[in-house]
Amino acid sequence: MSTEPHDHTHHDHPLSRQDDDVELTPAEAKFLAFKSLLIEKGIVSPAEIQARMALNQKSGYHHAARMIAKAWTNPAYKSRMMDDAKAAAIELGIEVTEAKLVTIENTPERHNLVVCTLCSCYPRSLLGEPPAFYVSKAYRSRAVREPRKVLREFGVEIAENVDIAVHDSNADLRYVVMPMRPAGSENMSEEELAGLISRDCVVGCALPIEPNADS
Amino acid sequence: MIRAIMSAEAAPAFMPGDLVRIVDLGKPGHVRTPFYVREKTGAVERYCGVFENPEERGYGRVGLARIPLYRVRFNQHDLWPDYDGAPGDVLELEIYDHWLVPADEETQ
Repeated sequence: MSTEPHDHTHHDHPLSRQDDDVELTPAEAKFLAFKSLLIEKGIVSPAEIQARMALNQKSGYHHAARMIAKAWTNPAYKSRMMDDAKAAAIELGIEVTEAKLVTIENTPERHNLVVCTLCSCYPRSLLGEPPAFYVSKAYRSRAVREPRKVLREFGVEIAENVDIAVHDSNADLRYVVMPMRPAGSENMSEEELAGLISRDCVVGCALPIEPNADS
Repeated sequence: MIRAIMSAEAAPAFMPGDLVRIVDLGKPGHVRTPFYVREKTGAVERYCGVFENPEERGYGRVGLARIPLYRVRFNQHDLWPDYDGAPGDVLELEIYDHWLVPADEETQ
């Protein structure tokens, strides 16, 4: 803290986030050292790292959205996806690296929310890298013990007569939430439906966009 | 615990609906059983198949027998005394066989 006097009147500053240019943790230092070694030895190039990062971000929600939109319009596919989400993904030509993918379906009686309390397990083959909130300690510790409050902060209000099932993705399985098809989407194509399903719908932190009734 | 250790690659010891208690093995390292479910009672939701034990795999010990994994369902009000939500709210997670005992088995 500066001890220099300053002459302006005191007022409350809004709390601001700490910059991230603080000292490296030992793990971050080790990671950076390891990364530069791999580059120096020609095992991986910076361009390849960038390309992989771009892929992780780009693959985004589209794979899961495609699956869910197909399930909404095709009961036979939905039934296969409910039985085995990994097989249903492979069927659409999606490369799946997870051992097992399990579909959990939202119903008028039950809303599903996914978290990994131990680290950041996430269906990466379908969604890419997890978003910062999913990895945060706040989400990981609070989603299991106050899911309704957490969902409210995401703008998702779950009625008291709807149960919430929290799924801790703590071991070998990965989860895909199948949201309910929104009202007003009856005449939409599979491709249009996929556009209603954000990445966060697939872990239960968001609901599909409701098409405008007047459009 | 001998039952659990001997059951590797064996038929599942628990069926969906069975009441089970999560034991606290007090094991350090790469364990996948969070503290908030230890010594709590829940019901088996499904048997997930056999997987390499991450408690060994995490240290590069591979090629060991695979062990049964289950999904266990808890009522949220049993996990958190101050839980604020519907009576039917549940939490489900994956527990390896050796962390489970029948709920009616006496605490040692």
